[in-house]
Amino acid sequence: MSGDLILFFILALTAILTGAGMLLSRNAVYSALYLVMNFGTVAVFYLLLGSPFIALSQVTVYGGAIMVLFLFVIMLLGVEHIPAEFEWKNLLPAVLLGLALIGQVLYLVIQKISTTGLQVATSTAEAAPSPLATKLFTVYLLPFEITSILLLVAMIGAIVLTKQEKKGARG
Amino acid sequence: MIPVNYYLALAAILFTMGAMGVLIRRNALVIFMSVELMLNAANLTFVTFARMYSTLNTTSVFNGQIFVFFVMTLAAAEVAVGLALIVAIFRSKQSIDVDQLNSLKG
Repeated sequence: MSGDLILFFILALTAILTGAGMLLSRNAVYSALYLVMNFGTVAVFYLLLGSPFIALSQVTVYGGAIMVLFLFVIMLLGVEHIPAEFEWKNLLPAVLLGLALIGQVLYLVIQKISTTGLQVATSTAEAAPSPLATKLFTVYLLPFEITSILLLVAMIGAIVLTKQEKKGARG
Repeated sequence: MIPVNYYLALAAILFTMGAMGVLIRRNALVIFMSVELMLNAANLTFVTFARMYSTLNTTSVFNGQIFVFFVMTLAAAEVAVGLALIVAIFRSKQSIDVDQLNSLKG
């Protein structure tokens, strides 16, 4: 077994275990920390797949900004635990549906795609971000600009939603 | 060289975990985290296919990576609005248990 595959399996195991940790922790703070670890592992996958800039964006945006926001809200509201987190009577259908989904997808992935034998070359130190930026600012310029409107709308929405009305007003 | 379907299987497993999280958890924040996990699995698929086409054509193909950018932007916007909503819901109901948000139920 080559070094690539060993690295892949270690990272995949880490990703799956941290995902399961996120899924099963009763404390929301632990869930968030497991998710940070998961995002870090996926960032290493992006490095292996030859996209270092995406990997760093993943660490900054997901592992940094988004998860800090999550932890901030968890601690602001004080909702680490909520009573009866796992409702056992709802668990069985969810598990069955999940198993059906994973079985179906893995069947497709293993049976249909393996016949073509496609491979992914593990990245060495190439793939500088400048060609990516060239493409982003030429071919995808319009979607990029529209993204700014999306972020502006999200920002205004977040401010309006959390704005305190004056005392006594419902909102 | 790692086969593409290993990455796809991993992404599928992560996506399913996210979907299960949405189904079985009742804490709205953890449900949001599960949605992030699903978006992340989709991103992994995008980058895998971008790399696959780069390997096949022996030139760099960046379309998949650029889509990942847009998905990340979307995720950031979604989290900002979603967490603002959760804060607003907590203010009015003192709980973020999704099973208690049944005011619209007749």
